[in-house]
Amino acid sequence: MSVNFGYSIAPTRAINYDNCDFSKLHELEQAVPSFKRCINCGACTATCSAQQFTSFNIRKIKTLCMDGQYESLGKELKKCMLCGKCTLVCPRGLALRPIIMTMRKIFVTK
Amino acid sequence: METSNPYFSPFVLPFVLGAIFLLGICVWKFVRWFKHFDRLQRAIIRKNLLSWKIIPALWEMFREGILHVRIWRKNLMLGYMHSSIALGWFMLILVGFIESHMTPASSHPFWMAIFYRFFITTHQTFPGAQVLTFIMELMLIYVLSGILLAVVKKIYSRILGMKKTTKHILIDRFAKAFLWLIFPLRLLSEVLAASRFQNGGFFTGFLGDLIPPSNEYFLLLSWTLYSCALCGFFVTLPFSRYMHIFSELLLIYFRKMGVREKSERTGYTMYELNACSRCGMCIDNCPLNKELGHNDVQSVYFLRNLRQKKSPIRVADDCLMCQRCASDCPVNIDLMAIRQQERNKHEMDTADNYGYLDTVQPFNAIGRVGYFGGCMSHLTPGVPEAMKAIFEAAGQKYWYMDEDRTMCCGRPLLQQGFNRQAADLRRKLTEMINKSKITMLITSCPICYQSFKKEYKLRIPVIHHTEYIAMLLKTGRIKVRKDDVRTVYHDPCELGRGCGIYKEPREVLKATTHLVKAKQEKEDSLCCGINLGDTLLDIDQQTLIRNAAFQNLMYKHPDQIATACPMCKKAFAHASEFPVKDIAEIVRENLK
Ligand code: SF4
Ligand code: SF4
Ligand code: SF4
Ligand code: SF4
Repeated sequence: MSVNFGYSIAPTRAINYDNCDFSKLHELEQAVPSFKRCINCGACTATCSAQQFTSFNIRKIKTLCMDGQYESLGKELKKCMLCGKCTLVCPRGLALRPIIMTMRKIFVTK
Repeated sequence: METSNPYFSPFVLPFVLGAIFLLGICVWKFVRWFKHFDRLQRAIIRKNLLSWKIIPALWEMFREGILHVRIWRKNLMLGYMHSSIALGWFMLILVGFIESHMTPASSHPFWMAIFYRFFITTHQTFPGAQVLTFIMELMLIYVLSGILLAVVKKIYSRILGMKKTTKHILIDRFAKAFLWLIFPLRLLSEVLAASRFQNGGFFTGFLGDLIPPSNEYFLLLSWTLYSCALCGFFVTLPFSRYMHIFSELLLIYFRKMGVREKSERTGYTMYELNACSRCGMCIDNCPLNKELGHNDVQSVYFLRNLRQKKSPIRVADDCLMCQRCASDCPVNIDLMAIRQQERNKHEMDTADNYGYLDTVQPFNAIGRVGYFGGCMSHLTPGVPEAMKAIFEAAGQKYWYMDEDRTMCCGRPLLQQGFNRQAADLRRKLTEMINKSKITMLITSCPICYQSFKKEYKLRIPVIHHTEYIAMLLKTGRIKVRKDDVRTVYHDPCELGRGCGIYKEPREVLKATTHLVKAKQEKEDSLCCGINLGDTLLDIDQQTLIRNAAFQNLMYKHPDQIATACPMCKKAFAHASEFPVKDIAEIVRENLK
């Protein structure tokens, strides 16, 4: 029987970069060069309109993408309302709407 | 053939065949396009076909298809150039037709009007003959002066007030070459005829007297070349930009009947595409051209691509949807609707994605007005704060719909062609609004405003907060004092060109501050750059566009910028050392 300590430990997640396919990431970086400037500050996520209703997390999407973990992206991306707030707050001037649009083109399959 | 006919010579053949070809192709195209009108559009035409609407339609066809009044208003020289060729040529045909039919002759073949001076070699004595000759001469001079201006424009467009002119494709160049040849050749032919037969008017007769009587060989050669130039123009016309001559007339007619663009391409769109004369007036003021040097995305090229059945997605997407070109277009083509149609085509994913919005609980706000700040106003908290203060000062009960979390109105999605997704958001918001029973919806964001007004089918009035404040001032529900800060007003694209709201913001500002002018304003105002229409631009490019708009506002050295859009406010806030305020904030500061 397990004891409930009131918190849990996240399962270990190791990403083996050697097995990752970065081609889509490169495609994205080529289409929107500013993608590389992200410092993962999270301002975009804090302001995001969709985030206020759901667990949608644009920074997480970007991080997953940078790690070559594309599986869940298509489904998640559909939650963005394209409102553009994230673009306005980003301190590094990432073109977030272009990034989202390009991601949709790459990852959202019919 | 009728060799016995005294009014026939083989040189008229190129002209006659060319004209028949032109007529055939035009009729074929027009009928085919008309068949592609959708049911609603056809019903509108059937209903109005013979109604009184035909009178304003005919008047506008003459005014814009022939006189080109809108071009005159934009630029006198260009107006002169376009109308000289259109009106001059129209008159040459019309008066020539009258002249040839007044002339006593055994027959009046239709080419007689075109080659009149070749066949009628004596001065006519029927009543009014001299007047007609005089008009014909005058019109020839008029057209020739227009052609001369067009040549000057080709060499040095700045004289005519255009920085960039359209880069034309081969067929357009051919057609233009033929057009430019027609009238000098006509002049030459008539002068040669005048020198030989003494049948010239004041101009051709004068020139004819200067040269020795021409021999028959030169005379025939010149008239043949004139006929061939006409033929060349007629044959290239349906495939070149000059198709606009006829398409524009029909377009004006259909538009006056009440036909409008749909969300998909219809036959009506084909009339619009072909009505573009590629005049290039949409190039100079497009921010993407001026500030970024993207010189193949402007409406003229976009429409041409569509006509040539190629439409790179990049061109449809690389546009701020700022509508500046639409306000510059003398043909009033619905440029934004056509671009939107192309964007609608690449709708990628149609699944319902916004199920999470169903967590929003309905709210009962009976007897109050609704206030919708919009996503962007959450980044400019001063604007909703000011609106709250104004509501309170006016004693107005309100419901701030999106105070703690905000749902997008759907327009940004719509503009990128995600129609189904946008409809999801609209459905949810409409449900919220209907259940709340508010009596009126006030928005702070012009994008939401346009969206609620045009896309939603709400049963209550929708107004922008500038309209609302203007109303409060007029009815005396709030009182303000006037300060003397020199303030310039920036017209947001979506509020100004998008919804035609220019008056109310200025009324409010005149009541509260000292309003000064921007260099280009109202319909001619410049986009702030961060508008949501373009998803291809990065921040540096947006900044360049913004800087240009900022410079435009600095024209009279104001001490404060006022705007009525949270996004424009955000854009200029980074550029300006002095305050950038929303009109609501200025009013709030000056509340008595
Ligand atoms: S705000 Fe900009 S820099 Fe910060 S995480 Fe988001 S994209 Fe990256
Ligand atoms: S555009 Fe999408 S990711 Fe950005 S703030 Fe709006 S909903 Fe969030
Ligand atoms: S779209 Fe309008 S302004 Fe632009 S070239 Fe065509 S007719 Fe001229
Ligand atoms: S809408 Fe604006 S950005 Fe787009 S083509 Fe017209 S002027 Fe250029």
